[in-house]
Amino acid sequence: MTTDTIRDSRTPLLRLTNLTKYFPQFRQTLVKRPDKPIRAVDGVSFELHAGETIGLVGESGCGKSTVGRTMLRLLEPTAGTIEFEGRDITGIGGSELRILRREMQMVFQDPFGSLNPRQTIGSIIAAPFEIQGITPEGGRRKAVQQLMERVGLNPEHYNRYPHEFSGGQRQRIGVARAVALKPKLVVCDEPVSALDVSIQAQVINLLEDIQNDQGLSYVFIAHDLSVVRHISDRVVVMYLGKVMEEAERDELYERPLHPYTHALLSAVPIPDPEKGERRPRILLKGDLPSPQNPPSGCVFRTRCPRAEQRCADEVPLPLEVTPGHRVACHFPEERTIL
Amino acid sequence: MSERPFLDVRDLKVHFRTDDGLVKAVDGLTFRLERGQTIGIVGESGSGKSVTSQGILGLHRHTRAEASGEIWLDGEDLMTVSDERLRQLRGNKIAMIFQDPLSALHPYYTIGSQIVEAIRVHHRDTSKSAAKARAVDLLGHVGIPHPARRVDQYPHEFSGGMRQRAMIAMALANDPSLLIADEPTTALDVTVQAQILDLMRKLQEEFGSAIIMITHDLGVVAEMANEILVMYAGKAVEHGPVHDVFYEPEHPYTWGLLTSMPRLDRARLARLNPVPGNPPSLINVPPGCAFHPRCGYTGEVEGARCRSVVPDLAPAGPEHLARCHIDDARRAQLYATDVKPRL
Repeated sequence: MTTDTIRDSRTPLLRLTNLTKYFPQFRQTLVKRPDKPIRAVDGVSFELHAGETIGLVGESGCGKSTVGRTMLRLLEPTAGTIEFEGRDITGIGGSELRILRREMQMVFQDPFGSLNPRQTIGSIIAAPFEIQGITPEGGRRKAVQQLMERVGLNPEHYNRYPHEFSGGQRQRIGVARAVALKPKLVVCDEPVSALDVSIQAQVINLLEDIQNDQGLSYVFIAHDLSVVRHISDRVVVMYLGKVMEEAERDELYERPLHPYTHALLSAVPIPDPEKGERRPRILLKGDLPSPQNPPSGCVFRTRCPRAEQRCADEVPLPLEVTPGHRVACHFPEERTIL
Repeated sequence: MSERPFLDVRDLKVHFRTDDGLVKAVDGLTFRLERGQTIGIVGESGSGKSVTSQGILGLHRHTRAEASGEIWLDGEDLMTVSDERLRQLRGNKIAMIFQDPLSALHPYYTIGSQIVEAIRVHHRDTSKSAAKARAVDLLGHVGIPHPARRVDQYPHEFSGGMRQRAMIAMALANDPSLLIADEPTTALDVTVQAQILDLMRKLQEEFGSAIIMITHDLGVVAEMANEILVMYAGKAVEHGPVHDVFYEPEHPYTWGLLTSMPRLDRARLARLNPVPGNPPSLINVPPGCAFHPRCGYTGEVEGARCRSVVPDLAPAGPEHLARCHIDDARRAQLYATDVKPRL
């Protein structure tokens, strides 16, 4: 399949081409037999430039977290390529991969599960230095304390354990660990969804400050479309392992083209009772189909209010409607939802 | 019927004695609710919203918790009725929808048998087959496809949204007139949340139940409630009609909640304005106004009253109450000049 996308003059920091991840399944009968695989990610392509934030949204099971983990090579892609700074990193391994990990890090959703309860936070934040065998100027301890200060933790708490911190503070520890080696790319997988609103805003501001200081890029995975609108430069909407729509932030929220994006945006309750009553409400029928047995043609057609016969027969290819705005739909339609 | 409102909660307190000190999880909550109306109780974790709902159901009886106050439901004080009477009311006149349907449904029994049990506990003369027919009806009513087949399935065979529907079906089994929903959609995806909220609205129109909606999501409240009660550290800090609280919020904590939220429906702000600090521990609630360590407006009040005197929940409008020492006129001015531009 060839797509003649307009190549930006700069080499993107990250380019995913047709990234695919299937999880093999087995039927346990007398003998273990292979079953249809789960198509968690099915041909996802997008680019991310230096200093930019791309938001990856969709409902649970749409494959957004799998994209995040696969692009970091925490999972092995089934097909497709991952390029980092123009270099194909899909097949690299061993020490090459370990050195690359200095450049790409991750912040996890669960501030409880992602920190080892038996390690002091000093040693948790120092782990990247240790694994990479790096001794920063002035020693690891000093570097860790500077990081703690940077993310708004008291450096004197170096020897405390994760359980002594609140959810928001733990997420700050996770951020400190992720940015310790000054990576170029950080994948944030639902970094604020476990936090209270007031704390959520503190962590979002912190992520933005660090981005401004260090010029790093984020892949921001979240189901909360309000948070994504705030933090992203571009947004990718996923459904059942595929990209439905991709556009600049305000373009996507103000002129969404895909019926799934319409439904998603209209479903979010907004804290404005009068405006909430006026806007269109699109209720989707039924549940997400199984990624083991995705519908033929367009994967969204079973729940799409506009579906026709063509949608069952033909897979819609991503079409660049206006520069930078791609949509995979046979019947895209501009609608004002918000 | 008398002049009393349908539900009248007066000075509800739920305190827990612990080794570290007295935890005042709910500390003097008062509100009323009429049939067909919805009140949204909003707050962050640890503000006492869930303990309030447990308190109304009388779940703190015979525990070490100390509950006091009055809960008048349709002429009966739930604080003083007998255990037997309370048992008759629960799941019958008062029903509860929990946040996590997977832990609220029993994994060993089919969905149908759990609904049948909910019906037969309160209506012993209903035959098993009649109760099962009713269960199929209810499942169909909450939008579960093929209810006759699904009724014999187990909770693990249902998706998250379907489980939540099944739990709503169970809650509705005995036509409750008071429905307490504790974060009913927090675990769900937005499109499923929209379906469930729509369902709750329709059922309310149909049955005229009163709903207590407990949530941290101001969007959900804006969409569902007639009235909002904002809780902080076990106390109501603001209480009023939805319109007033969203368009003329009175308490600095409510301002903080509104300014810290990124908005879906507006172009991005340069920066979010979070409430600084963390919610207080309920063992060491700050003296005076519990919100004062995080409040940016304590300088507006003479002396150190914010730090020493607990403000009263005082009228700030016809039906609008706020717990703040700053006087009304000044608060309106602060909101207009300092807060509104940041929303």
